[in-house]
This record gives sequence, structure tokens and C-alpha cells, in this order.
Amino acid sequence: MAVPLLFFGLFFAYPVAAIVGRGLKTDDGWQFGRFAEVLARPDIADVLWFTTWQAFASTLLTLVIALPAAYVFARFEFPGKQLLRAVVTVPFVLPTVVVGTAFLALLGRGGLLDELAGVRLDTTVWAILLAHVFFNYAVVVRTVGGLWAQLDPRQEEAARVLGAGRFTAWRRVTLPALAPAVAAAALMVFLFTFSSFGVVLILGGPSYSTLEVEVYRQTAQLLDLPTAAVLTMVQFAAIGAILAVHAWTVRKRETALRLVDPGRTTHRPRGWAQRTLLGGVLLTVVLLIAAPLGVLVERSFDTPGGYGLGYYRALQDAGAGGGTFLVAPLEAIWNSLQYALAATAIALLVGGLAAAALTRRGGRFVRGFDALLMLPLGVSAVTVGFGFLITLDEPPLDLRTSWILVPLAQALVGVPFVVRTMLPVLRAVDGRLREAAAVLGASPLRAWREVDLPLVRRALLIAAGFAFAVSLGEFGATVFIARADRPTLPVAVARLLGRAGELNYGQAMALSTILMLVCAVSLLLLERLRPDKTSGEF
Amino acid sequence: MSTTKKLAGVALAAALGVTTLSACGGGDANDKTAGASDAPKSKTVTLVSHDSFNVTESVLKEFEQQSGYTVKVLKSGDAGAALNQEILTKGSPRGDVFFGVDNTLLSRALDNGIFTPYEAKGLADVKPEYVLDKEHRVTPIDSGDICVNYDKAYFAEKKIAPPQTLDDLIKPEYKNLLVTENAATSSPGLGFLLASVGKYGEDGWKDYWSKLKANGVEVVDGWEQAYNERFSGSAGGKKAKGDRPLVVSYASSPPVEVLYGEPQPAEAPTGVSTGTCFRQIEFAGLLKGAKNEEGGKALVDFLVSKKFQEDMPLQMFVNPVTKDAALPELFTKHGVVVEKPENVAPETIAKNREQWVKAWTALVVK
Repeated sequence: MAVPLLFFGLFFAYPVAAIVGRGLKTDDGWQFGRFAEVLARPDIADVLWFTTWQAFASTLLTLVIALPAAYVFARFEFPGKQLLRAVVTVPFVLPTVVVGTAFLALLGRGGLLDELAGVRLDTTVWAILLAHVFFNYAVVVRTVGGLWAQLDPRQEEAARVLGAGRFTAWRRVTLPALAPAVAAAALMVFLFTFSSFGVVLILGGPSYSTLEVEVYRQTAQLLDLPTAAVLTMVQFAAIGAILAVHAWTVRKRETALRLVDPGRTTHRPRGWAQRTLLGGVLLTVVLLIAAPLGVLVERSFDTPGGYGLGYYRALQDAGAGGGTFLVAPLEAIWNSLQYALAATAIALLVGGLAAAALTRRGGRFVRGFDALLMLPLGVSAVTVGFGFLITLDEPPLDLRTSWILVPLAQALVGVPFVVRTMLPVLRAVDGRLREAAAVLGASPLRAWREVDLPLVRRALLIAAGFAFAVSLGEFGATVFIARADRPTLPVAVARLLGRAGELNYGQAMALSTILMLVCAVSLLLLERLRPDKTSGEF
Repeated sequence: MSTTKKLAGVALAAALGVTTLSACGGGDANDKTAGASDAPKSKTVTLVSHDSFNVTESVLKEFEQQSGYTVKVLKSGDAGAALNQEILTKGSPRGDVFFGVDNTLLSRALDNGIFTPYEAKGLADVKPEYVLDKEHRVTPIDSGDICVNYDKAYFAEKKIAPPQTLDDLIKPEYKNLLVTENAATSSPGLGFLLASVGKYGEDGWKDYWSKLKANGVEVVDGWEQAYNERFSGSAGGKKAKGDRPLVVSYASSPPVEVLYGEPQPAEAPTGVSTGTCFRQIEFAGLLKGAKNEEGGKALVDFLVSKKFQEDMPLQMFVNPVTKDAALPELFTKHGVVVEKPENVAPETIAKNREQWVKAWTALVVK
């Protein structure tokens, strides 16, 4: 408990409070009048309204599209499943600049949809919503699917033997067990889309703006800290309210669940209905996720002289000579991996401890802490980044130009994933198992290792995958934290896209493809680490 | 309960270990500067800049060998964000020299007093029209023009002449052809707005934009989308099937298209409408509270030296500000000289910028 508290106090609460305070406190004291002033502005009201409704719409759409997939990934065994699970997580790491390009290629003028059906979505809010589904699909599939795979299907079967219909059995047995995970996933998607930045900038054009975009504009462009501070507080309040609702719904439902080894719950799809479901899910993945990714890959090979490896070769040369602008791709990959590993380690440590503390203790304080851990998801990277600048500027914590700042900032976003993924599983572990182990003479550590770990290991790996992917693709905070000598892959992509010229554009596409590959391979390796299938009996 | 405590104990120890380690790791990088600042002459000099800063490695090495300093470059975000970070850390800067404040942001930097005056060696070589601060808190380093670019192939095929001036852009033959950037979030977007202010004055620019809007100008958020996706003349735009043959970009964009062409074309695929330009001048300054002031001064001198000035065009695609710096062939062959760019005084920009951008947003975007 102490470690997570210290971590969040030092690297989140303090910097954010400092930058907000800088905005609201002048020589004449606190300027709370600013709130009324800013909130009365009609343009700010528009922003608030758009931010809220698009987040609701995006979350709903994501759940509708991704929940069947969560089921399919949890219960069906089919060839290429692991690969597919890695693929759906890839969008998560891609820089929004790159994804925006891909989406425009599909949905925009002369895009696939335009040519096939004469429909253009690039100027509509649909492009934003679909891109949000694209990005957050994996959140639902992984968070919900992770738990679903461990639910014992025999309980539902028992209910049916006792006379319940298929739907009633599902509603009475599986749904309540699943609810916390679904709520957690919905919450994360909501927070992500509520604080959406790049997607809205690129696909929404200048006519749509979220709170996050506005905070960025006020801070980074206009240096209007008072307005930015007010908007940050508004965002805090909104997220606080959502978290409160969430905590309330979850508390009513959480119970100890009978968890089993996921290997035993899966089977090949049987019958017409199951095959159709699998087919439908695969089709969605292809249309929604594989197609945009495919466009990027295609463009990375589409050199003027026909398809080839020209841009990849150019990347190789880029690092060799020239200036400080370009980075050798290998170096950027290495940087990205190092940062991501460090960030994952920090996130797992902090998040794991926090999740453990949250499981074992109750009370209002702990619940408040639970909410605090989620806040970084809803706070703008520019607020945190600028906060770092004015707080971590004195020894021994003058970290402003230190490499550790990057993984620290990335871990802030990774921790909520770790907590959210582990919490449902941890809470579902029957305390009596631990007691039984203790009675049989196991030391606490042994009891943890023998009882909790086997059950939690899977959640831990899923969490690690998330944290890793988040930091691999993280751009917002990284770009503000000045470390030019060690740019990450997304930073390198953004630099290339910021320049005119065939070769720069092609190299950006090639580098994005490499980023996808690195992500997919890392996730596949993580999946391989899953506990062996024989560890089910306890 | 005891389980938790023990575990927490172990984990806490581990975590503290990590934090201590990381503090050390973080310290290492700083130790060089911090430790060395006690010594008579610090060996590291730090340049803080925006993401577009670039220099040929050998040129930088040469400076390091001659001066005895090691140069560390910190890039943090775009020009606006980078400057604002300097303003926030005023008095306790992350580096010694800041490069990348331009004439649209100059007043903000000067009003906040983040620079120490220093008259660079070699300032006499700088063209006097670029020296905007008489107290030498900042030194001009480069200049570049934000201009409308056109797709040569499109206009050749349609057999119409590409537009040359701001007035041309509102003519019916150029209806629905131009794409520009959001003036609120993008620096070329703002530059183009300022070009219209420079040309039509503080009273006339709104009228001009109403006409531009009626003539079908499209606004997207950033340069990347405008240039790489909507513009039909760029490499990216061709792939993305962009259909706007006019885009707000830079006067140096055509040479860049040549340099990064694959293979390099004999002629640039795009041209510049020279009567639509706003001139951007970028400055560098010695930061107040710099740990290594001597090194910082040497670094500013280096930035206006002939070596760096001649290296700049092909690294950052901007023009030198010194009289004797020769332009590379790529620029003389494929670039244009903008004779009379539009300009607005930094103080006027500082005073009105927010209000102009708001009025522009209301007029053009909403």
C-alpha cells in the first residue's frame, strides 16, 4: 500500500496539483472565479457535451462489437488464436497519426468504402467512433475474455440441468460473475475515449474537440494555465463521478468465483450457431482491425518502382550518416523495448501491490485509493508532463532530463490496467483456500505461491501485456519529456511524418509496420509464458 | 493479514530498491552537469529545442572538438510546447540555450524574461532585418517562408496558371482547390492567417477569409493531414488520393520533395505561390539561470557560424540568416526566393493573436 501511494503521490498527484495550482493561484490568491468564467463560455460547453456523448457512444459501440469476441476468444479453440489475440492488441500501440492515415484510406474520399458503396465517413463522427472501437477492442477482449476463460462452464450447465433455459442460465450464472470484468472494461474504454486526443484531432478535424484537446491547446499552445487548470478540474470531476458509479455497481456484485484453468474451458466450435458466431467475430476483426493495419503495411511496401523493400532499406541508411534528426530503426526499437520493459516492471510492481492491498482491505479509504489509481487514464499527458517539469526540478528528484522519467510517465498509464485486470481475479479467489493452506502448515509466502499465484499468473501476464503495449505506443508524455538522444519508435514515426517527401512518408509507414511487428511479437512471447495446462488441480 | 504485511514488506524493500536505483540512474545523467558545474569549466552544454531541430553529426562533432564542450540536445514537442516549457521552468532551466522561438511567439518569450542578453560573435554577419531584439536577448538563426504550394501536374493538365497571390486564391478558377491548417493548433495554419493580416490589415483580413471560405477553402487540423493526405502534389497525398492541388506549406517543401524523391526527380513536382507568404524567423537565446553560461555563449556563437548556417538548409529546410552563407544547390535549383513576404510585428502578434485566432475559428471552422 505504501509503495503505490508513494508512487502516485510523487509522480502523479504532486505534479498535477502543482500545475493546476500554478494556474489557479496568482499573487492575489486563489482564483476560483475562473471556474464560473470558463464554464460559462459557450465553446467550452460545446466541448463538454461532445466529449461526454461521444465517449458514451464509443463505449457502447465497443462493448457491442467486442463482447462476442471476448466470448469467442475465451471459449473457442481455433487455429491461429494466439496470433489473432496479439493482432487485435496491435492497434493499441500505434501512434494515432498513423492510424488516422489508415482510417482515412478506408473511410475517406476514394477509400475502400467510397469505392465499394459510395459512402464517405471521414468528415462524420462515425470515423471517430469506429477508430475508438479499433483502439479499444483489445481492452474488452482481454479484460473480459481473461476472466471468462476461467469461469467454470459446469456451473452454467448445472443450472440448465436444474431446468433453467439457456439464456436464463447465462443471465443468472455467468453474467453476474462476469459483470465486474465487463464494468472494468467499459470503464477503461470510457476513460480512454473521454480523454481521446489524437483520434479526435485527426479524424474530427478542427470542428470537433474534446476536453483533452482543449487542455492541450490551452497549455501547450496558448500557455493559458488558468483555463487549462479549470478544464483539468472539470475532467477530474467527471472521472470522479464515473468512478464512483463504477465502484458502487461493482461492490454489489463481487463474489468469490470458482475459477478453473482456461485450458479446460475451451473447445472447438460445435454446431451451426457457434460456427456462425466465430465466423462473425473473425469477419469483424478482418474488417475493423486487419484492414486498417493492412493499409499501412501495403503502403510501407508501395515504393514508386513497384512493391519492394525500398523504404525499409532507406531506414537502414538513415541511421548511418546524416544528422541528429533521424534514428537508426534498430536503435529506436531498442529504446522502445527498454522503456517499455522498465515501465512494465514499475507498473506491475506498483499495480500488483495496489491490487493486493485492495483485495485484502476494505473501507472508504481503500476505495478512494482504488479510484485514485484510475485517474491517470483520464488526465491529459500534457498536464502530467508539464507538472513533472515544475515539480521534479530539485535534487534529489531533478529527474527532468533523466531517462527514468519516460518509463515513470508510461507506468502511470499502465498501472490502472494492471489493477483492473488483476482485481477481478484476485477478488474471486476464495479466501478459504488460503486458510486451508495455512491450516495445513503452509507459510504465508508458500500459501500465496501455491494458491494465489497459479490463479493470478494469467491475469498478471495479461496485465503485463497491456502495460507493455501501452508504453510501447505511448506518445503524448514521451514527446514532452525531453530525451532527444533516445527517441522511441512512435516519436521517430512522428518526426518522419512531419517532413515532406516520398522517402520520409514511406519510411514512416515502414517504421509503423515495424512497430506493429515488435508489438505483436512481444505479445506472442508473453502469451507463450502462460502457465502450463496441467496446473489446474488444487 | 500477516501475509499481506510480510509480502508488502518484501515488495516495499524491492520497490525502494528500484526507486533508489532509478534515482541513481537519473542522477547519472545529471551528475555530469551538476557535478561539473562546481568545476571551473563545465564540459557539457545543453541545447533545448523543438522536435524539428537537426544538425549534421560531423558538424556538431567539429564544434565539440574545437570548443571542448560536449553538446547535449533535448527536444520536447513542437515549437509552442517547447517554448512554454521553458517559460514554466524559468529560473531553473533544463539546459543552457533554447533554440526555436519564432517571431510569432517572440514577445511571449521576451515578456516572460527567460533569456539573458548576449551579443553573439558573428552577429555582424546576420542580415540586419532579422535582428528584431535590440537588446540581443535572442539571436536570429534561420528564416523560412510559409506559402501556398501547388501541384504542378494538376495545373498543367487543366491548362490554368497556378495562383500567385493571396488575391488569386479567391478567384473562381481556384474554387475548392485549397487546403489549409487550423490556425489554432498548427504553425503553418497560423502563419497563413498572419499573411492575410499582413496583407489586408487588422480590419480587412476577416473579409478576405469570408471570401476564401465562400471559395471552398478546406481546413484540417495539422500540416501532416493537409500535406500528406489532402494535397494532391505530395508523395503521401498521391497515395492517399488527395484531391486538393493547393496547400499551405513551406517555400522549402518543393526542394524537400526532390531530395526525398525515390528516385530523385529532375524537377520538383510542386511549386510555390510567392505572393502568399508569411516569413518566420527563428531565434536562439541564452537561458537565464543556465548552469553553463560560458558553454551556452559558445553554442550561440556556433549557431550563427558559417559552418552551422550552411548545414541548416538541408537539415531543417530553412534559410540561413547570415550574409555570406551559401545555399546548397538543391535550394538554388528547386527553391524560390520570396521577395516580399507579408509580415506582422511580434508585439502586434502577441497583443492580438488570441483574439484573431478566435475570430478566425468562429468565421472559418464553425
